[in-house]
Amino acid sequence: MIETAFTPLQSLGGGVLIGVASVLLMATLGRIFGATGILAGLLQPSDMSDWSWRAALFAGMVSGPAVVLLATGQMPAVQVPVSLPMLLIGGFIVGVGVTFGSGCTSGHGVCGMARLSTRSIVATITFMITTGLTVYVVRHVLGG
Amino acid sequence: MRLLAIYLIGLIFGVGISISGMANPAKVLNFFDIAGTWDPSLIFVMGGAVVVTFIGYRFVLKRPAPMFSGKFQLPTRNDLDLPLIGGSAVFGIGWGIAGFCPGGALPALGTGRTEVFLFVAALLAGIFTAKALQKTIANRATARA
Repeated sequence: MIETAFTPLQSLGGGVLIGVASVLLMATLGRIFGATGILAGLLQPSDMSDWSWRAALFAGMVSGPAVVLLATGQMPAVQVPVSLPMLLIGGFIVGVGVTFGSGCTSGHGVCGMARLSTRSIVATITFMITTGLTVYVVRHVLGG
Repeated sequence: MRLLAIYLIGLIFGVGISISGMANPAKVLNFFDIAGTWDPSLIFVMGGAVVVTFIGYRFVLKRPAPMFSGKFQLPTRNDLDLPLIGGSAVFGIGWGIAGFCPGGALPALGTGRTEVFLFVAALLAGIFTAKALQKTIANRATARA
């Protein structure tokens, strides 16, 4: 386990930017900002115009860390406190879950909650509970 | 011009994720580890994002149409079904194991870290496996009907 510092201001600032991006995507394309849907549609687009906006959005997202590096002189921290098999198994399970659940933290947790969508509120409460339980089991029961 | 605007929107999201801590699995897992090395930072990410989106959507959705498109594409379903709840529960298990969620991992690809690419590869394998499963389930339902 790695201890991380409490960063309320950076986290709030980051959250505000995530919100601004979600509002702007709705204002321009009329779409929910859902990372899962954007990624899946990038690899299986319905047509060329559907692909191009996804590619532009994805390119912007991936450029985020470089802009932070230029502005602050530091790459954003990515500390992975889990083993390689856990990273891969977890990734696969996330992919299955978000596909059946029609969304993840961005689509349900931010955009859907902001629309007060019943489905998104239920989805968000559900995954927050199972994530918490999983972390508890992995760290304190299995002793990972 | 339109694509440049969309690129910049993606960039705002990517910078937001990067400074918020959502791209850092150690921070994400510590948020959920109330019994251990708890770091409550991420409640500020979700709080900030939801409040801004809630207020912004009020204004945007009053307009007749989005700027670059004919109409708003909003989900219309209201029912709670097994795929929604089961899928979300499964997503949480994966998130708790790996520490990355899709919205955090995509911008994190820009750090060039191998772990992020491996996670996204596994994520894609899961997404396409689930899509194939969904198709099979749908085909069976049609065959039965």
